[in-house]
Amino acid sequence: MKHRYLPITEQDQKEMMETIGITSLDDMFQDIPDKVRFKGELDISKALDEQSLLRYMRGLAGRNADFDRFASFLGAGIYDHHLPVVINHVISRSEFYTAYTPYQPEISQGELQAIFEFQSYICELTGMAVANASMYDGATALAEAGALAHGATKRSRLLVSCAVHPEARAILRTTARGLNLEVVEIGLTPEGVTDLADLTSKLSSDTAAVIIQSPNFFGCLEDIGAVEPLAHGAGALLVVSANPLTLGLLEAPGKLGADIVVGDCQPLGIPAALGGPTCGYFAVAESWMRRMPGRIVGQTVDRADKRGFVLTLQAREQHIRREKATSNICSNQALLALCASVYLSTMGKQGIRDVGKLNVHKAHYAANRLAASGKLTLPLTGSFFNEFAVKLPDGAANVQELNSKLLQRGIIGGYDLGRDYPAFAGHMLIAVTEQRTREDIDAFAAALEELL
Amino acid sequence: MSDNTNIPVNATTPTATTAHDKALIFEMSHPGRVAYALPESDVPEIDLNEVLPAKFQRQAAAELPEVYEVDVIRHYTALSRRNFGIDNGFYPLGSCTMKYNPKINEDVARFPGFAKIHPYQPEESLQGALELLYNLQHDLQALTGMDRVTLQPAAGAHGEWTGLMMIRSYHESRGEKRTKVICPDSAHGTNPASATVAGFETITIKSNERGLVNLDELRKAVGPDTAALMLTNPNTLGLFEEQIVEIAEIVHEAGGLLYYDGANANAIMGITRPGDMGFDVVHLNLHKTMSTPHGGGGPGAGPVGVKQKLIPFLPTPLVAKREDGSFYFDHNYPQSIGRVKGFYGNFGILVRAYTYIRTYGPEGLRKVSEFAVLNANYMLARLTPYFDVPHPRFCKHEFVLSGNRQKKLGVRTLDIAKRLLDFGYHPPTIYFPLNVEECIMIEPTETESKQTLDAFIDTMIAIAKEAEENPELVKNAPYTTVVSRLDEALAARKPVLNCSCG
Repeated sequence: MKHRYLPITEQDQKEMMETIGITSLDDMFQDIPDKVRFKGELDISKALDEQSLLRYMRGLAGRNADFDRFASFLGAGIYDHHLPVVINHVISRSEFYTAYTPYQPEISQGELQAIFEFQSYICELTGMAVANASMYDGATALAEAGALAHGATKRSRLLVSCAVHPEARAILRTTARGLNLEVVEIGLTPEGVTDLADLTSKLSSDTAAVIIQSPNFFGCLEDIGAVEPLAHGAGALLVVSANPLTLGLLEAPGKLGADIVVGDCQPLGIPAALGGPTCGYFAVAESWMRRMPGRIVGQTVDRADKRGFVLTLQAREQHIRREKATSNICSNQALLALCASVYLSTMGKQGIRDVGKLNVHKAHYAANRLAASGKLTLPLTGSFFNEFAVKLPDGAANVQELNSKLLQRGIIGGYDLGRDYPAFAGHMLIAVTEQRTREDIDAFAAALEELL
Repeated sequence: MSDNTNIPVNATTPTATTAHDKALIFEMSHPGRVAYALPESDVPEIDLNEVLPAKFQRQAAAELPEVYEVDVIRHYTALSRRNFGIDNGFYPLGSCTMKYNPKINEDVARFPGFAKIHPYQPEESLQGALELLYNLQHDLQALTGMDRVTLQPAAGAHGEWTGLMMIRSYHESRGEKRTKVICPDSAHGTNPASATVAGFETITIKSNERGLVNLDELRKAVGPDTAALMLTNPNTLGLFEEQIVEIAEIVHEAGGLLYYDGANANAIMGITRPGDMGFDVVHLNLHKTMSTPHGGGGPGAGPVGVKQKLIPFLPTPLVAKREDGSFYFDHNYPQSIGRVKGFYGNFGILVRAYTYIRTYGPEGLRKVSEFAVLNANYMLARLTPYFDVPHPRFCKHEFVLSGNRQKKLGVRTLDIAKRLLDFGYHPPTIYFPLNVEECIMIEPTETESKQTLDAFIDTMIAIAKEAEENPELVKNAPYTTVVSRLDEALAARKPVLNCSCG
């Protein structure tokens, strides 16, 4: 068969087999026992020519409701933010996307410097001393933070706020089971933030970490400064998960005493793509630098004393430490970290504040507009950035049915909080980014009023 | 390569004292410049201090650079030119399967219907995405000979941990406490590291003189505490474990399970299947076998396939099909190990992988593996006279050489790798696997032509000659790169991990 990615012609194959000293390709596979040889044709999807494949894939893509055609009010960890056009041009440079992990620094300075700049951006936003080259996503980064806290404190109980993303908590539980750690959840106040009295009652000399998210899953800002003395008073580490886009306006968790700050960079110029790939970030106070998981890039000099960058602190890693490594992670999300860096380079000092303000203004306008008719109420009183919960009228259609009807009007509705929190059945979590116009918001409000 | 901003604008940054020929983006900052164009607010302005109490607000602005769009593009273009990818040239990095990353994959993944969709949208608005995931689950099941596949894990190591957590749950569900995972000494470092984070202890067994699992060592190592054997087949030496049937019997008889590290699956597509070899759990690296780009270190995808008895423990959700032909996320796995990744895995990578499979089909994928193995054996045959070959017989998709002959001349494997840079090649993997001295591990992949292979082989032979005639030339390489022989010890001893731009 001929294929556009395969260059070996029949003549090539003949010459190569002569050099090897074989007469049939099969000679190279004689060491595979006949009993386990696969005979016949694999039962997998058939090949398509380029045009047919594009047509087929367009067909599949066309059956999904995308943000270009629908106005999205859905957040809950993945957001429809504007993607500055330069990002796609940069990450389409194949010198970046077709490279492997930068093992050969001489020919990988571009990627290494890009990661060094990413680490610098994360440190600047979070107020932390050190950041790694990135993690699979924000949720797995949170789980790794729990593992680090266990390693650092030799304690085995993790206190996690129930206002941390439900999926991040689920991954934390899976990770904790692997490491034989206990996960205890902290309740919520009526305002929609972590209950500090509940936290205080559950802190003990076994607590490795207190894990909170701000803005939390309900959109409310946590009082990190009030959690800090409680966590540290018990000798536990304070882990904060933060949406990095909010940190243009909101105080850096590092300035408020966090030991580990993690989060997902998706809001920084990364396409939603059904939730992945995104890019987790992981930043720590200096004391925990050598306990960090994942890749880290450091500055050094070459033999002519010229500045350059290398993968460093590798004594933590699996290819050297094997079963004693700080983590099994040996990759990062370099290309998505690059998206985040290009986004931050594009927004700059003023833009990161301006985009934050637009989100705050639009979300607050939407909250007031939605509550105006009296049908929807705002049950939580905590301060919020771009996401808030609304309560549907008692006895109204459930959130899932409502969202199906909204879809028919070109609107992707909010998240059904009852999915994870039985007490919040009939509540919708709504995200309003700088992408939504006043017209979108008014149309959303009008549709809800009509449907309820 | 240089740019017009060699002199850092902020002379107080620590980096200002170091000579360089490429500024950091932070060093290009010029107050007053912008690279963004946000809309004016179309809603009534509110006083930020009213809605965000002072304790929540940032006291000092984040010191991000102030540049304009041309700076952004020139900066990252300059960085890209200081980087080497598959599109730049031959990249025979063993165990990494650096094959061509097809462009159609990139185009398809960027369709708005794939790139701009939310994981929590109503299922009826995601039917195309769900169908793709369902088909990919099916194709990977058929390819590996397993009964069910999860697409959630984000990378190979993530897949290993997912698989081991399932193995742990399986044993626990049977009331057995099995604590040990066995790995050969040729295993990837992630295998023992993943075993640790899944709560297991690792036992490393020595390979035999043929580079394969030593069955006597294995028999000694297995017992009532054996949870699993982790194996790469073909192994990291590029050799097929000929006694795989016996290996599976030994482990299964002891009550353990077999884990297949799919790092080397590019050698076996349509030729043999892990499920038929006796493996119970398999992960594949789609960023290797299925051509998705490595992205400079990620993102990848590490789907995991399992046999029937492990299905109840799969991470949720999986994609399932109703009788009416519609697709849905199936969360109904009460014994599931739980979630391992947010949402549904690295969907954008899964789209690329499925697109790739559809360019080849079943016959094509078998050809991929045949040519990958042909290319490797051709290189091995031509290089054998010039380098030590620890295991001189047919290899699969990759092979290892030893630089011991050159080491006697004072030229180390590292020097050979650095010298290759001067000829425009990405060097092979070096010093891995650990059970070969001065190891050079070469994986050409099927997407390289005979001309490319010959040119590389000729260069390797020329470097071997240089090592004999002028070892200093090799020892001081590279000469043509933007930096040369960076001080890694300094980087680790005095870590400078960000530019302290604030």
